[in-house]
Amino acid sequence: MANILVIAEHDAGQLKLATLSALGFAAQTAATTHGVYDVLVIGAQMGTTAESLRAYGARQVLVADAAPLQSPLADRHAWVIEAVVKQRDYGIVVAAASTFTKDILPRAAALLDAGMLSDVVGVSRTDDDLVFKRVMYAGNVLATVTLAGDLKFLTIRAAAFAPVVAGTTLSPVEQIPLPAGPMPDLAEYGGREAKVAGRPDATEARVVVSGGRAIKNAEDFERLVGGLADALGGAVGSSRALVDSGITPNSLQIGQTGKIVAPDLYLAVGISGAIQHLAGIKDSKVIVAINKDADAPIFEIADYGLVADVYTAVPELTAQLKQ
Amino acid sequence: MKILVPIKRVPDPDTKIRLQPDGSGVAPDGVKFSVNPFDAIALEEALRLEEKLGEMDLVVVSVGGEEAIETLRVGLAMGAKRALLIKTNADLDSLAVAKILAAVYQREQPDFVLMGKQAIDDDSNQVGQMLAALLGIGQATFVSKLELVENHTQARCTRETDAGLETLTVKLPAIVTADLRLNEPRYVSLPGIMKAKKKPLEELELAALGVTVVSRTKILKYETPPQRQAGVRVKTVDELVDKLKNEAKVI
Repeated sequence: MANILVIAEHDAGQLKLATLSALGFAAQTAATTHGVYDVLVIGAQMGTTAESLRAYGARQVLVADAAPLQSPLADRHAWVIEAVVKQRDYGIVVAAASTFTKDILPRAAALLDAGMLSDVVGVSRTDDDLVFKRVMYAGNVLATVTLAGDLKFLTIRAAAFAPVVAGTTLSPVEQIPLPAGPMPDLAEYGGREAKVAGRPDATEARVVVSGGRAIKNAEDFERLVGGLADALGGAVGSSRALVDSGITPNSLQIGQTGKIVAPDLYLAVGISGAIQHLAGIKDSKVIVAINKDADAPIFEIADYGLVADVYTAVPELTAQLKQ
Repeated sequence: MKILVPIKRVPDPDTKIRLQPDGSGVAPDGVKFSVNPFDAIALEEALRLEEKLGEMDLVVVSVGGEEAIETLRVGLAMGAKRALLIKTNADLDSLAVAKILAAVYQREQPDFVLMGKQAIDDDSNQVGQMLAALLGIGQATFVSKLELVENHTQARCTRETDAGLETLTVKLPAIVTADLRLNEPRYVSLPGIMKAKKKPLEELELAALGVTVVSRTKILKYETPPQRQAGVRVKTVDELVDKLKNEAKVI
């Protein structure tokens, strides 16, 4: 049955951990369909990144490594994916859902006239087809879906698939030349704002501490939410309310339209728990809520709830954890 | 300048979604519908460009049944010049919608397309990117700031990505998809609603557009995902630390 192409994601060469979950999906699906999977990494100076992908059971690690592919431009990335899929025989192209893959995969799918499912959280096999589960309506609906066609594009939720385990056999690396014909030149990348150093990304961290409406300003956010995150070696996140009021940057927003996280421990600090926010945290192993309002909806899904003013409870908690 | 703004009718974000007992779909009773919030943001951005650059041909287009007329009227009431409904009662997936919009694009020949990054019902986040691919033009997705530059031949966009804000300058025509922070859409005013009644709203059967589409996605069942249960309330920070250490074992 059909083979799988996994699109790896990296940040300036550093492999995103969610890629291992996409490989986990591929390994699981290939096993039930008697297929194999390759992984494709696109960028510039990808030698080390390609090397880091060799231990995960792929038939091949494919590397499109060229200077014009350095920036995350959708037109060029989709162009490379289109060429690789046309040259080889794949039934599924898959990546872990992120803003990067959601930008490029639908474009590549349309170039290849393939249908696509976003945010897949489950897969099973029936007689001759695959049946997928995906979330809709801000995570309030789980749909069982089939996708017709010999080629299917998917993004998967990293939290829903166990990461592939590294083995001892190393996959061969194959360089993919730039596709023939003129290179797309539809957009110019202007760079990215400097990232706040020192804290992990919320989508990759074991612990995430998030702040909500109860936090009054940016200094308090850094002291309370940042301080608690640092005591736990965790990442910080934010509800939409704080982003809207300019207290936290957009990139921290967690929820339906922000990041989807699934850490071992999620601490919601002064977050009331709008459904759009809950959609982004539901898969966390343990959720802790600290909120002054005993009726806040966040308590309905929290494993541990503490009704308290975050301005007193959080410094106390941080101090205890530092001991 | 001409801007095409596709808009979709979706359940209002504040509506509680209930499912049919047999799992065949979303129960329609009591569901309030509205313009997909991201599409309203896209339209607002087009209106602001018009305020800045002078009168434009601002066209809202929707794909769906008669009920989408109501959605298009909201778009007209917000300030769009005219509306186009591509009539079909078929269940369409993203690629099918993108193919229809590509045909609309060819018919209308806009300078660019502004649309929401995703519809809040199916949450797919695909149509804009697919449309750009089908038309062979550029895309700027998840845009939180938009500025026309180089004599309006390019759009300089700020994009919201997982890693932070990125800037991207895309050649026009292009597909620009709106994220939450692009703007806050205006409310529909009473004079706006009155004016909207006189604005042209064209209905076109899908077949008349000259595209045949098939939806490859088939939803077999809708269900409510497993719900998290409320856990325990702790009384003190000490108790919380104890539970996290000794019961949950996560710290």
